[in-house]
Amino acid sequence: MSSVLDWEATPNPVKENRAGNIGKAVDRYEGPLKVTGTAPYAYEVEPPSPPDYGVMLSAPIAKGRITAIDTKAAEASPGVQLVWTYKNAPKQGPRPERYDFFTPSPRPALESDQVYYFGQQVAVVVADTLENAQAGAALVELSFEAAPQSVIFSDHYDEADQPPGESDIEIGDFETGFAEAPVQIDDIWRTPLQNHCQMEPCATTAWWDGDQLTVHTSVQMVRFAQNSLAETLMVPHKNVRLLTRYVGGGFGGKGSFYEDLVLASLAARELGRPVKIAFSRQQMMHGTVHRPATEQRVRLGATEDGHLTAMSIMTTTHCDRRGNFTEHASNFARNLYAAPNRLTGHRLVRLDLPVASAMRAPGEASGTLSLEVAMDELAEKLGMDPMELRILNEPPTDPETGKPFSIRQLVRCMREGAQQFGWDRRNPKPGQVRDGRWHMGLGMAAAIRGNFLLPAKASFTVDADGVITVKQGMTDIGTGTYTVLAQIAAETLGVPLGDVRVEIGDSELPPAPGSGGQFGAATAGSAALDAGMNLRKAIAEIAVNDQASPLYGGPSEDITFQDGVIAISNRSERLSELIRRNRPEGLTADGEVRPAADAAKWSSHTYGAHFVEVAVDTVTGEVRTRRMLGVFAAGRILNWKTARSQLTGGMIWGVGSALTEGNVVDARYGSLINQDLAGYLVPVQADIGELDAIMLDEVDDKANPMGIKGVGELGISGAGAAVANAIYNACGVRVRDYPITPDKVLAALEAQGR
Amino acid sequence: MRPFTYERAADAASAVKAATETPNARFVAGGTNLLDLMKLEIETPTHLIDVGRLPMAGIEETAEGGLRIGAMATNSHVAADARVRSRYPVLTQAIVSGGSGQLRNKATTGGNLLQRTRCAYFYDTAKPCNKRAPGSGCGALEGLNRNSAIFGASHACIATHPSDMAVAMVALGASVEVLSPSGGARSFPLMELHRLPAERPDVDTHLVPGELITAVVLPPPPKGGQIYRKVRDRASYSAGLASVAIAGGQVALGAVAHKPWRAAEAEAALGAGASPAEAIAAELANASENGRNGFKINLVRRLVPAAIEEARSNWAEKNGSVA
Repeated sequence: MSSVLDWEATPNPVKENRAGNIGKAVDRYEGPLKVTGTAPYAYEVEPPSPPDYGVMLSAPIAKGRITAIDTKAAEASPGVQLVWTYKNAPKQGPRPERYDFFTPSPRPALESDQVYYFGQQVAVVVADTLENAQAGAALVELSFEAAPQSVIFSDHYDEADQPPGESDIEIGDFETGFAEAPVQIDDIWRTPLQNHCQMEPCATTAWWDGDQLTVHTSVQMVRFAQNSLAETLMVPHKNVRLLTRYVGGGFGGKGSFYEDLVLASLAARELGRPVKIAFSRQQMMHGTVHRPATEQRVRLGATEDGHLTAMSIMTTTHCDRRGNFTEHASNFARNLYAAPNRLTGHRLVRLDLPVASAMRAPGEASGTLSLEVAMDELAEKLGMDPMELRILNEPPTDPETGKPFSIRQLVRCMREGAQQFGWDRRNPKPGQVRDGRWHMGLGMAAAIRGNFLLPAKASFTVDADGVITVKQGMTDIGTGTYTVLAQIAAETLGVPLGDVRVEIGDSELPPAPGSGGQFGAATAGSAALDAGMNLRKAIAEIAVNDQASPLYGGPSEDITFQDGVIAISNRSERLSELIRRNRPEGLTADGEVRPAADAAKWSSHTYGAHFVEVAVDTVTGEVRTRRMLGVFAAGRILNWKTARSQLTGGMIWGVGSALTEGNVVDARYGSLINQDLAGYLVPVQADIGELDAIMLDEVDDKANPMGIKGVGELGISGAGAAVANAIYNACGVRVRDYPITPDKVLAALEAQGR
Repeated sequence: MRPFTYERAADAASAVKAATETPNARFVAGGTNLLDLMKLEIETPTHLIDVGRLPMAGIEETAEGGLRIGAMATNSHVAADARVRSRYPVLTQAIVSGGSGQLRNKATTGGNLLQRTRCAYFYDTAKPCNKRAPGSGCGALEGLNRNSAIFGASHACIATHPSDMAVAMVALGASVEVLSPSGGARSFPLMELHRLPAERPDVDTHLVPGELITAVVLPPPPKGGQIYRKVRDRASYSAGLASVAIAGGQVALGAVAHKPWRAAEAEAALGAGASPAEAIAAELANASENGRNGFKINLVRRLVPAAIEEARSNWAEKNGSVA
């Protein structure tokens, strides 16, 4: 197994970046297809013969059972091919006791008469057209018997328990340290249930050829979905080919898969014809997964001069009855600030709500909304600048484990951001700056998000035209995977970017874990680099052993790859010529990456600092962001453009978390009330104003052979807290119950007699 | 979506005739609201009569010095009209605060007036709603009704009318022209178009079945400043939490009732020399809260005086004296 020290010591073409492909603002590889509407997403894939269309029906109760079913009218409806409920759905693999993210297991659909959450899929109607399927679905008669339900999180805090297999982590003696601290913060923050709201709803096109299934679907993890689907259908893994070429947003919500994939596969087998099934926008809200709500108690103790002596964040959150997901909102605090006495942990409540799961920066996205505001409150109590308070408490080594940092440039992010943003213009006294009717305020917060590397494989092929084809069972969920793989290939093999093809999103390609946890680029890219290095070696061996090559007899380790030409000093030929002579059918090399044996010796994270200017109308309670700047340190950046896009996208989501986003639960029905994008408010263009993200020059040689890290989840971490802090600076109001909507700002203002 | 038939009307009279004679028919023009509701099976017409191409999209001067806005004039077209912008700025401001650019390009003046509530319980067919399914009850009454009515609600419905445009038109004292099944045209004040929910929240307006709105007529602009202010959770494409249109001494409120709300008490108080704060307090004497929407009373209490002051100061700046 490789060592971090080897990665650090060994040069490679990505590190050397001679052609300059790495880091460049390269346009998206698949961009022209997407903007011209010619990138087929899963539902748009044209199957080999005309498809049938499925429409799913969702349970209108949160808990109970189906008591009566009448499908006669639906079955007799024009064009209807089949109607399935739990009574007649095909047999599927059994649901495991608990799911986890990385172990494939069956996900049976329509499995019993039991309803576990509002919006659970309980029937499917397949017809020759979408319209006939919808008309048929309207004729299915289902009766339900509702059982008493527990759906309001705040009513069940007393049932909260340790998540299975977890315990609190205490360093030093928190309670004593806190009690003895001369300056204290002790407050509670609440974050709401949130939905991913991907542009592309979950959707599948499926067909069979004999016992071989081909499915195009929209998921983040190819191999996981392929294997789990095969186990659901009770067929060998190899009988399922799963493709997900283009994914219109995942954000964690497509880490698993849903009934569209299972039911389209089953119905296509039953009918002997391709079948398409998609979730509606309303079905996405309940029928997939969400980020659960949290209640977080943060306690900070400090000396008069601002040194933290005690720090605690305790999170209570919820998941569904059958789930085991915990929103680990406290975890990030374990690695952020120095404090000798520390207590962090989680409590979990099980509710009759839809399935809780990962959503962009699970943990950090919710947790920074409390701690990073508490730091602002503490700074005010101390009479300190909130950035200086953070810098004062910058730890020399990981504050929990004592491990050295692989690299940590949090302070530099803050200092650079402060300078570029004009932080020195912030008046520490709230409510002092006006722009017409708007009260203006500045706020900042730190960002942190972990760094991960998972096992992955890749293959590179060079053909007789000198074109490199990258193959990997990886996904691009809008992040830029296609593009960065092309850049790595171009740089590694010394060919122009235009001579690289990228094939991903197919279970027949070398497996990679997929997109999630901001591990995609590092994981997939490192495997790609290895494949590229192996292909270089294979090419070099052929060249020095080919008497027809000008490179014949030379030292293979001296060969350079540049502009499609291979050379040893002044002896050279085109790569394509060598391949045409020796391997006209093409030459392939495989590569892989695994986590280094000694990787756990270092504390490895990505960092950033957010700066926000908001305007608050103190008459109406409205808050609008005017300016946002994020400065980030996330290892070597592969592509300035796609990385920046992910970071700013995360920052925008932070604005949504602070100001507008959240699903509210109606206790009577156990359902979410805002079920579409007019009711679930994500930020729109007009909400954002000026926005920029700066990426510091950084290399984290201990992260992986390329020294890169992820950026997909860093941008959201802390962004909402900076907004909340800016609101306080603008108008002197703290709202600790997110989102900070006008009604809450007004109530706080009125409580102050304003 | 349920199957339906479709015809494109040749002229207004035949459109009205078809609507009167065909059971369960609806007019469609921009379709920005109706088609969404049909997809969700909240509206289930079996026949659509497309009036969107009828030649009623013009904006013309009236003999009285006002403007006659054809029912098929798109929201974007009206908002951009130079005469509207200079003489009725409150209307332009209201229109551009509604929907999104794409929606306003398709939505028509008549359709905007007839759009349906954004109440979440109306949109969720798994919930009771007297407006959608008469007699099923009101899901919002004891539900998550943060954005419900504070004026004129009933025990059967606490939904609000979502139009911004209509609020400005009501403040401007507009009237609406309709073509009736009898073949006759009639005209009446726009503030009398929409009804309060009472026992029949499924009926949004006083139009008789088959009646087609053909135009909205604006009287000459009243003396005094105009302004539209809309308070909302996000800066665009978001329903109002409360809005106010000021046109001289005329005040209308949005997102607070089942109809655009002419603040008659406030107007009377202003006319009698009350301060803006006193005037809106007089109006709010009739307001009531339903569970979670109480903040809207405070919001209106704060918003309206600020808007009146702003309209007055805009007017004074332009005319060199306080109106």
